[in-house]
Amino acid sequence: MDNRPVLLEVENLQTHFRTMDGVNRAVDGVSFHVRSGETLAIVGESGCGKSVTAMSILRLIPEPPGKIAGSIRFQGRDLLGLSDKEMRDIRGNEISMIFQEPMTSLNPVLTNGQQIGETLRLHQGLSKSQAEERAVEMLRLVGIPEPGRRVREYPHQLSGGMRQRVMIAIALACNPKLLIADEPTTALDVTIQAQILDLMRDLKTRVGAAIVIITHDLGVVAEVAERVVVMYAGRKVEEAPVADLFRTPRHPYTQGLLGSVPKLGSSLTGQTSRLSEIPGLVPSLKQKIPGCVFASRCPKASDLCRAVPPGLALKAPGHFAACHYAEAEGSVAA
Amino acid sequence: MWAYIVRRVLATIPVMAVVALFVFSLLYIAPGDPAAVIAGDQATPEDVERIRASLGLDRPYLVRFADWLWDILNGDLGTSIFTNLPVSTMIAQRIEPTLSLMVVTILLAVSIAVPMGVVAAWKQGTMADRAVMGFAVLGFSVPVFVVGYVLAYVFALELDWLPVQGYTPISQGFLPWIENLILPAIALGTVYIALIARITRATMLEVLSQDYIRTARAKGVGQRAILFLHALKNAAVPIVTVIGIGIALLIGGAVVTESVFAIPGLGRLTVDAILRRDYPVIQGVVLLFSFVYVLVNLVIDLLYTLFDPRIRY
Repeated sequence: MDNRPVLLEVENLQTHFRTMDGVNRAVDGVSFHVRSGETLAIVGESGCGKSVTAMSILRLIPEPPGKIAGSIRFQGRDLLGLSDKEMRDIRGNEISMIFQEPMTSLNPVLTNGQQIGETLRLHQGLSKSQAEERAVEMLRLVGIPEPGRRVREYPHQLSGGMRQRVMIAIALACNPKLLIADEPTTALDVTIQAQILDLMRDLKTRVGAAIVIITHDLGVVAEVAERVVVMYAGRKVEEAPVADLFRTPRHPYTQGLLGSVPKLGSSLTGQTSRLSEIPGLVPSLKQKIPGCVFASRCPKASDLCRAVPPGLALKAPGHFAACHYAEAEGSVAA
Repeated sequence: MWAYIVRRVLATIPVMAVVALFVFSLLYIAPGDPAAVIAGDQATPEDVERIRASLGLDRPYLVRFADWLWDILNGDLGTSIFTNLPVSTMIAQRIEPTLSLMVVTILLAVSIAVPMGVVAAWKQGTMADRAVMGFAVLGFSVPVFVVGYVLAYVFALELDWLPVQGYTPISQGFLPWIENLILPAIALGTVYIALIARITRATMLEVLSQDYIRTARAKGVGQRAILFLHALKNAAVPIVTVIGIGIALLIGGAVVTESVFAIPGLGRLTVDAILRRDYPVIQGVVLLFSFVYVLVNLVIDLLYTLFDPRIRY
């Protein structure tokens, strides 16, 4: 088994937002852990709470209207108990984050160098000139040509892929122990996506950071993740090593998710099978759901599912699923 | 950049020409006859006619305009009908108090209003925000002369902290100079502060919801640096624009403020000239104000490039 030390342990995370018409339970009792140097993927469709989970770890949720409860232990310290100042010392230093929107995530009026250098000056106390030197190094590291010139340029002078490289340079400047990447490739062209993923993988081995990658793209998951957490309607429904998950998904939602990915070339070989979809919509997170959150869309749902929420249960080594009907021996798998 | 500046300066020429024509025509069509005013009550129609001819007022409109414009281009703003002094001399005598008042008001207003707007945006929905917004509404609705008289009554007459009125040139020392300007600057600046604070708040609110602010937070940047470095620089363009536009407001307000606080500046000169139908003086002052305004707008356009690297000329 994996005996790398646990770096991050999230337990019973609940992030709720108070709104005009009730409490929105964006994340409702999610637990997972990340080991040093590991790559964990959190997948799920839009609105399942995966981004909120990521933002909650760094406490970037505005409070109020948000409220984060549970525990988030990073190297043994509970992040939810830290002061604002202590939290700022962790952000961008020990845990850093890259976002989905490279076009808008960089400040348009500060140079690329200033934005990379800022974290270094803040967390490592570098001088202005030292920070710029390091910024040039970081730009070279993330594969930006002519870093000496780019460091003095502004984000609008770069393409989307290049901007995401700058974001990665910012995130990795202080050699963080954990990098949270929230849909880092979603806004990019496919070819650029592959480059960015390669870059992340390469840098991860060089810096030794653990990565939590948030995505809805199962291709990305297969590409980079070691372990996968599947989220649905604010809860974790399945967790498994990546190969295991793709081979034998246990939860009907995961099965549906995998079934809705088109297979390249299937129409050329004549074996045109209809792309399966998951019927229905994600339930509203405003009311408490008594049974299984997926029951309303699940083909196997029974009265039991609608009444009693299934607990996460071990179905195979390292493989958990929250489903009454997921068999331990993988008999559910199609 | 330089090509742009030259182009912009050249572009002010037609603007100023139109302003000149407008200023000239405004007085041409205005009721009242300066010749009759100069001649006095006992004058005969022949006297009035003679004075009119000596002033050149009997010539055709366009001839007078061309004549006037040519003189201005040669640096001659004409001679006051009333004092017989060159208009440029009269303006030079009065410009220091007005310039002082304007500069002090702008500095005071910007240094109060911008932090006010920033704090209101940061603490949106709290008491601090409501206080700022309340002040802004009040500042818009209370006229300059009311603010002026209240300030003079409270701080000069009752508390005796500052002089009631008057002006001391800066050549007689900084302290007496600024003492005389504080109350007028606050009175004149109230509307201006309200305007800038509101725009700062609105722009900051928009900027603070941007993705790059979230990025800054994720980097561990402190609240002050987020507000004043990451956000304010992005909000600068609309704020600077309003500061510039507001200078027109100040020019109008200066006329009233100078009356309330008995400051011998251009505002007073303008009012007196209008009451006496002293055409050359009115024209000179209005042209000067227009020119300053056009110049301020040019400077603001150039300032944009300083705050936003995406703007290039």
